Amino acid sequence: MIIGKSIPRIDARDKATGRIRYTDDLCDKGALIAKIKHANVAHAYVKSVDTSEAEKIPGVVKVVTCFDVPDFRFPTAGHPWSTDPEHQDVCDRLLLTKHVRYYGDDVAAVVAEDEVAAARAVDAIKVEYEELPFVLDVQEAMKDGAPLLHEEYPNNVLRHTSMRKGNYEEAIKEPGLIKVEGWYDTPTVQHCHIENFICFASRENEKIVVVTSTQIPHIVRRVVGQALGIPWGQVRVIKPYIGGGFGNKQDVLYEPLCAYLSLQVGGRLVKLDCSREETFRNNRVRHAIRSHIVTYCRKDGTLVARKLECFSNQGAYASHGHAIAAKGAGAFPQLYPCENVEVDAWTVFTNRQVAGAMRSYGMAQADFAVESHSDDICRVIGMDPMEFRRKNLMPKGYVDAFSKNELYADTFNQCLDKGAAYIDYDRKFKEYQNQTGPIRRGIGFAPFWYNTAVWPIALETASCRMIVNQDGSIQVQVGDTEIGQGADTAFSQMAAETIGVPFDMVHILSCQDTDVTPFGTGAYASRQTYVTGFAIRDCAEHLKDRILDIAYRYTRMQPYLMDIQDGNIIRATDGRVLMSLGDLALQALYDTENSVHITMERTAQAKSNAYSFGCCFAEVEVDIPMCRVKLLNIINVHDCGRLINPALAAAQVEGGMSMGIGYALSEKMIYDEKTGKLLNGNLLDYKLSTFMDHPHLEAQFVENPEPTSAYGTKALGEPPVVPVAPAIRAAIRQATGVALNELPMDPHLLFRRFKEEHLI
Amino acid sequence: MTEDLRQYKQVTCTINGKERTAMVDVRASLTDMLRNEYRLTSVKKGCEVGECGACTVLIDGEAFDSCIYLAIWADGKNIITLEGLEGPNGELSDIQQAFIDETAIQCGFCTPGFILTAKEVLDSGKLYTDDELRKLLSGHLCRCTGYENIFRAVKKTMYKRLGKKYKE
Repeated sequence: MIIGKSIPRIDARDKATGRIRYTDDLCDKGALIAKIKHANVAHAYVKSVDTSEAEKIPGVVKVVTCFDVPDFRFPTAGHPWSTDPEHQDVCDRLLLTKHVRYYGDDVAAVVAEDEVAAARAVDAIKVEYEELPFVLDVQEAMKDGAPLLHEEYPNNVLRHTSMRKGNYEEAIKEPGLIKVEGWYDTPTVQHCHIENFICFASRENEKIVVVTSTQIPHIVRRVVGQALGIPWGQVRVIKPYIGGGFGNKQDVLYEPLCAYLSLQVGGRLVKLDCSREETFRNNRVRHAIRSHIVTYCRKDGTLVARKLECFSNQGAYASHGHAIAAKGAGAFPQLYPCENVEVDAWTVFTNRQVAGAMRSYGMAQADFAVESHSDDICRVIGMDPMEFRRKNLMPKGYVDAFSKNELYADTFNQCLDKGAAYIDYDRKFKEYQNQTGPIRRGIGFAPFWYNTAVWPIALETASCRMIVNQDGSIQVQVGDTEIGQGADTAFSQMAAETIGVPFDMVHILSCQDTDVTPFGTGAYASRQTYVTGFAIRDCAEHLKDRILDIAYRYTRMQPYLMDIQDGNIIRATDGRVLMSLGDLALQALYDTENSVHITMERTAQAKSNAYSFGCCFAEVEVDIPMCRVKLLNIINVHDCGRLINPALAAAQVEGGMSMGIGYALSEKMIYDEKTGKLLNGNLLDYKLSTFMDHPHLEAQFVENPEPTSAYGTKALGEPPVVPVAPAIRAAIRQATGVALNELPMDPHLLFRRFKEEHLI
Repeated sequence: MTEDLRQYKQVTCTINGKERTAMVDVRASLTDMLRNEYRLTSVKKGCEVGECGACTVLIDGEAFDSCIYLAIWADGKNIITLEGLEGPNGELSDIQQAFIDETAIQCGFCTPGFILTAKEVLDSGKLYTDDELRKLLSGHLCRCTGYENIFRAVKKTMYKRLGKKYKE
């Protein structure tokens, strides 16, 4: 068995020696350098741009402004294209804009011979603005008379969706019900992959070639085509190894602008490299979502009626738009099934950074609201939080009406048992009740749920090509991407297992090139082991059939009597090795009578989907006078189906937990209310977790193979971040009795809340 | 016409065991010199202001953020980048192998810097406590790993070098 083994990732050696090439490492030294002039106002019309001084600076090759760019509007979301115009992403972007919608918007660009000349030219560009009032808060932006960002969207509402189940208004009339209500706020945070966004572009043989640090090369190709108004086939996108993405690079960022700038200088090589500050300010961020939940329940904790309203801060442009709020809102009725549910979700433009995809795609926000609220319910009705979960959580056999996702196993109880046992929950929970004094401990937990991939909301398709080399090794190409998570290693394990060759006989193409690799939408929605798994399985099964058909010529054994094991064609009936796959490939290719290059290519469309589940347990110590939380212990337990590579799976969980800890305790983008300017857009002032901010991160698994999956897998990449913040909140609450309804739970928030609750 | 401010200076230093000389822009960082003049692309740019640690190199055995170290200061210095840790026949150093064995690498962008700081820590020959080790490594940011496996890789190698038995 190759699946289930912790094989070191295939790129580990080259990464440990520094040989691996990322985008910047591939760019020719002679590249021209592009830099962008960003607006220093939050909302304005550009009246004029004076480039005369900039053009005089030695080394400046070209200056373009928002008045020069073509009027091709394009979307940026890394979503599959929809053939239905109604379901296509919002096209609200131009390469440069005359209508500045956030502090930092792009109004002009410079191409120069070196970095210094480009930077000096950007500074020398003079922009005259007609300033407009701006709005940063999501609910303020919805009010009549609020500054309007996009004329087509009254009250700045990009989209509002509703869901109704049962009859909420009738149900709440039941006598004796207890009402629990809360507002829960999550902050704007950034992905902070260590490699900033970077791309370079040039024209080669009448094609525009873009090399870019992206999770979605085939989608970037389409959007560059849309933005430049050229046929998509004239665009070639190459994705090298990338230094992290986490959803930021599931958006088309500056690839269209870079391609355009290259064409403006005769197709010469132009590099556009975002600084860390630009990555914070001008890439994408996680949506801040404000959620309002009302629950009516009986004294025994039975849920009778529930309502969710959520307001998602989109920032200045649509990007992934309503999809994020809709994912969380759509999943609201699932975790705690209830007969009477009302859900309303709004996604609203504001003059802030553009929000897009970020690891967990709305579910970290939703789980913080939902699980904080679960804890609030327990407090109000005096119910044990574990008992409440075991009574009300989605039971085995639950099927979601829309997605048809089903919970096939008693996963929640298994995960909760495992987490509780590791952290010694029952004993500590009792011990930490009713503490006094300045230093107190608390323990808490939160379950999570996560819908893998995007079917049936959008298309799920993946393709795979396999080629048998002359030595019998297998080339594997997929359009879906390795972004650091270890996808290529997992894909190779899948291919080796199904074909029947040793792991080291699989050679996967780790870097996509849209002129070479078959189509795939890319790394997002924790979809790849599930969806790409179908394509790999399908391609490998067909390739194997083809190999055995060809083997008949040389072995004279019927294909159904043969199998491939460990790289050899064997007779299945007695296990005899008939020939090696290498001998077969060599003979078949160089056969002077009937030469065959053994290849296979398949596209798999997924029309099923899978729930992924788990929980987080956290133990904290709170220093009340100092308003500080110290995380003492933490464990995530995941049921992501069968583990393809346990060591890589655990590594995914640890990284997600780290991101969750930052979300819970320290990360937040802070805006100046007077100007709309981002105040902490750098890695010093933005508090990313360091080596010293974590205890040991424990990752454990419950393995219930997913019945609908080609290899028994389901989502793992994103879910680890989801349950961490509400688990820590519950632990802080047990320690202090104080409910914290916003993130991050940093000393600023604790000080305010402890004051309000008279703890200090 | 705006004045051209470019000035160049000759910098001679030892890089990965070889003496090298280049004319560099006096404003250039050591990161730029190593990447652009010598194509030592393991030296990564993550922030260029000394926040993330991705550009770390060893200068006379000490780990520095090369992005905030001027190239001209490197004159006469002994510099080691990650490329310098690999043996002539592709042998890996113990800490590189530990990063592979302990699944301490994901996207790999912070890896070169981490390995070089780990080398400085390990070459001290000292036995550090967990808290000390975390502090020594805290100049590097990583968004993929949660630092868990990096910590184990460094700690295991430290124990191995000191002939001590490692326990989790």
